[in-house]
Amino acid sequence: MAKPKIATTSLAGCFGCHMSVLDIDDRILQLVELVDFDKSPVDDIKKFSAHCAVGLIEGGCCNQENVKVLRDFRKNCDVLVSVGDCAIMGGIPAMRNGIPLQECLQEAYLKGPTVHNPSGQIPNDPELPLILDRVYPAHEVVKIDYHLPGCPPPADAIWEALVALLTDKPIKLPYPLLKYD
Amino acid sequence: MSETITFTIDGKKIPAKKGQTIIRAAEEAGVYIPRLCWLKDLIPGGACRVCTVLVNGRPQAACTQPAAGGIVVQNETEELFRWRKNIVAMLFVEGNHYCMFCEKSGNCELQAVAYRFGITAPKYPHQFPQRAVDASHPDVLIDHNRCILCWRCARTARVKDGKPIFGVVNRGIDSQLAVGPEQLGETELKATDKAVEACPVGALMKKRVGYAVPVGKRLYDHEPIGSDIEKAGNPA
Repeated sequence: MAKPKIATTSLAGCFGCHMSVLDIDDRILQLVELVDFDKSPVDDIKKFSAHCAVGLIEGGCCNQENVKVLRDFRKNCDVLVSVGDCAIMGGIPAMRNGIPLQECLQEAYLKGPTVHNPSGQIPNDPELPLILDRVYPAHEVVKIDYHLPGCPPPADAIWEALVALLTDKPIKLPYPLLKYD
Repeated sequence: MSETITFTIDGKKIPAKKGQTIIRAAEEAGVYIPRLCWLKDLIPGGACRVCTVLVNGRPQAACTQPAAGGIVVQNETEELFRWRKNIVAMLFVEGNHYCMFCEKSGNCELQAVAYRFGITAPKYPHQFPQRAVDASHPDVLIDHNRCILCWRCARTARVKDGKPIFGVVNRGIDSQLAVGPEQLGETELKATDKAVEACPVGALMKKRVGYAVPVGKRLYDHEPIGSDIEKAGNPA
């Protein structure tokens, strides 16, 4: 039987959660015995090559591209897991959520104390994904099956969850592995 | 007034002094009832409702309800667990609780109760309210983003420090912690006041403390909140 496939992505995140995946240390050898990585920054595969058993989502949605990728993941994965606080509640990027988008852009590109922008333009190239009015937690955009909180979630928590999912067992995190920081 | 009465919590016999609240009698008997706004040795506030129990089948706040002889209290039912979990989840979404950079993280009671309940993500949509930080005081700051309106600072300041500095203004979702004069810096608050210690979350914080305790050594890193109470009541 072919090994199940895993896909991962970092949306509006910092890649810290992916670092935490790598932090499972030598268990990564066990992991590649258990699964194949499909679309993921880990192997740099850009497009889904097949349907995946598990999709790990890092980060919330701050722009159109994030939403597109997240929907693509929902379509191509049986189980989606929000990994980390950004996917779960927006995280640091969501600190802009209480502030109107126009004000954020002006502060970033025009008014900020360290801004040098002689053209006085706010980036508006069609190549750039359109920024959303606010940052959305992943589960407010698509259905998410499991949540692994943490900033980042401990490597052991990611490991426990993955092993449980791949062996069809319920995810039961021991108390010290459930953290929001 | 030291007449002893007996009642039960989830079938366990609990002795209580007459007039004692349910939460207090439970605590002394080694039964943990989850709570956020209650502090031992402080007048109860009945603000958070996390300590809701069923008294003879009716929901009551265990922190304000006096124990009475023979009452049947339920503390650990699926329904109560769901209510409490929902209250805590709502507290998370109605404020801005960024645990990842909060100095209180690991020692925060809101977070600890959520850990104990096993909440991995709040099921309600995040409100992302725009709230202010009051840094006008030289030694203490108020971060309204994290305030859960438990009134613990207000009650402690009034009763223990003798300074009626804090109150809550507005109603419903607009409720907000307020200080006597406009800003904290204009009050008589001192960093050593008991009110500062009373905050269960990172809303009322001493400045220049930072992340004083390393991860792994903080209050709730290894054992759920309430474990100390349960251990004291059930020695191995």
